[in-house]
Amino acid sequence: MRKVAVVGVGETKFSGPQTKTGVELFAEAATDAMKDGNVKAKDVQALFVGNCLSDFAEGQGMVQAFAAENIGCFNVPANRYEGACASGSMAVRDAMMWVASGAYDIVLAGGVERAATLGTPLATRTFAMFSDARYEFPAGITFPGVFAMLAHLYAATYKIPIDKLREQMAAVSVQSCKYGAQNPKGQFFGKYGDLTVEKVLSSFMVASPLTLHDCCPFSDGAAAVVLASEDVAKKLTKKPVYILGAGQASSGPLISQYDHLPKIYARELASKQAYKQSGLSPKDINLVELHDCFSIASLIASESMGLFDYGKSGAAWQKGEAAIGGRVAINPSGGLKSKGHPIGATGAGQVYEVTKQLRGEAIPALQVPNAKTGMTDTLGGDGGTVVNMILQRGW
Amino acid sequence: MEYKLTFKEYNEAMKTGKLLGLKCKDCGSITAPPKMVCRKCGSENLEIIQLKGTGQITTFSTINVAAEGREAECPYTIVMVKLEEGPWLLGNITGVEPLKASMDLVGKKVKMQQATIFGGDKFSAGESARPLFALV
Ligand SMILES: [Zn+2]
Repeated sequence: MRKVAVVGVGETKFSGPQTKTGVELFAEAATDAMKDGNVKAKDVQALFVGNCLSDFAEGQGMVQAFAAENIGCFNVPANRYEGACASGSMAVRDAMMWVASGAYDIVLAGGVERAATLGTPLATRTFAMFSDARYEFPAGITFPGVFAMLAHLYAATYKIPIDKLREQMAAVSVQSCKYGAQNPKGQFFGKYGDLTVEKVLSSFMVASPLTLHDCCPFSDGAAAVVLASEDVAKKLTKKPVYILGAGQASSGPLISQYDHLPKIYARELASKQAYKQSGLSPKDINLVELHDCFSIASLIASESMGLFDYGKSGAAWQKGEAAIGGRVAINPSGGLKSKGHPIGATGAGQVYEVTKQLRGEAIPALQVPNAKTGMTDTLGGDGGTVVNMILQRGW
Repeated sequence: MEYKLTFKEYNEAMKTGKLLGLKCKDCGSITAPPKMVCRKCGSENLEIIQLKGTGQITTFSTINVAAEGREAECPYTIVMVKLEEGPWLLGNITGVEPLKASMDLVGKKVKMQQATIFGGDKFSAGESARPLFALV
């Protein structure tokens, strides 16, 4: 297997409902990534696009083929990846595998979504499609409902009083909003920077115990990355960021995961694969962009990735261990909570953020000092798909 | 290979208050809701059995924001129940005021009642029974 580098990254602003089509959004991110990587559209040998809900959001299927033509990657093989919120990371990981295998030298990967365009009722309905349609949805499961149940289960499993856990979860949202308010690409840029634990606790209860500020927003947006083999990457950029390890695993519906809950078993497997392939361990990781679709999801994710002990991550957040300058900087971009969650694009957006950090090109206030190694974590549905990637500065 | 216990058969039984599952003839594990193979060991050597419908609540949430078309159901409480035979099911709870549902529910013993029905929407290819539990 060949070493694979991220040579270019691009991203639109993540936002609420906006008027550009999915193809247009993706085209903006993709052309930015190609410019950043000194790659022309004719050099791209394949296009992999994460996208979940264009069919519902704008009646558009097969968005990847039209996107390829739209940006001048004429007639290349174009694949669409659907793994709920992990779709973009599936696309990037597959691109990495194809380049590593030697089949391609340069692949463009990313994702696009217009989840905010759906509006809350239809978005809530379509997100619930990532639960079991026959054995979970009939009882009325929703996406916040999944993580609300995991929060109660987490409290019971680790014997943390629910009021204390709610304060820990709120601390996660407060940190994310503080950072995200300074990220011009983020949906909540300039907003909620002064969020407090009290405000999180007293906001509208979406699904007990999760309030509105425990939840990420619905978002529109796109992100793209150009991957190249090591030898090609060295000709394209002085700052290649290598994907040293990538893992992906699947699981059945939430009710089938009971041997492991509140841990997400697919993540335990995917992160181990990524660590093993990279030869690195959690202590080597300087910064992480992880899947905080809900505040509780951050706690669960960080523990399965080996960053904090089980049941202890909430206290770690409260002590600043997950802050920039702490033990490991988690979601300096603002994460899904504040930067936003255009689901098919989210994972590629995480790779964008980690790459910028490792190059030292993050927003100065959000730059993690001396960041050498970073990791991404993307959760599809309630653990049906998880992708983890470890990236490292290559110079 | 033919599917041993389809959604349709499982669903029809649940509507009459009967909870079906699959018992593995190789490892003895119970799989419910049904799958092609034993969820523990992957064996196809399964037999259909009736489960007791008793278990314990492991977690819950009261939902205040519903999916499109189901807004009128709010607020409602969903529970995950660990059945006596092992598997977990997702259902609803009767006899508990949704806005008063609290951590006290966790660990409480429950028994399955006559299922209610989700009538389906334009995406769902028909109706489905929704497991309903009551505290015992
Ligand atoms: Zn078995």
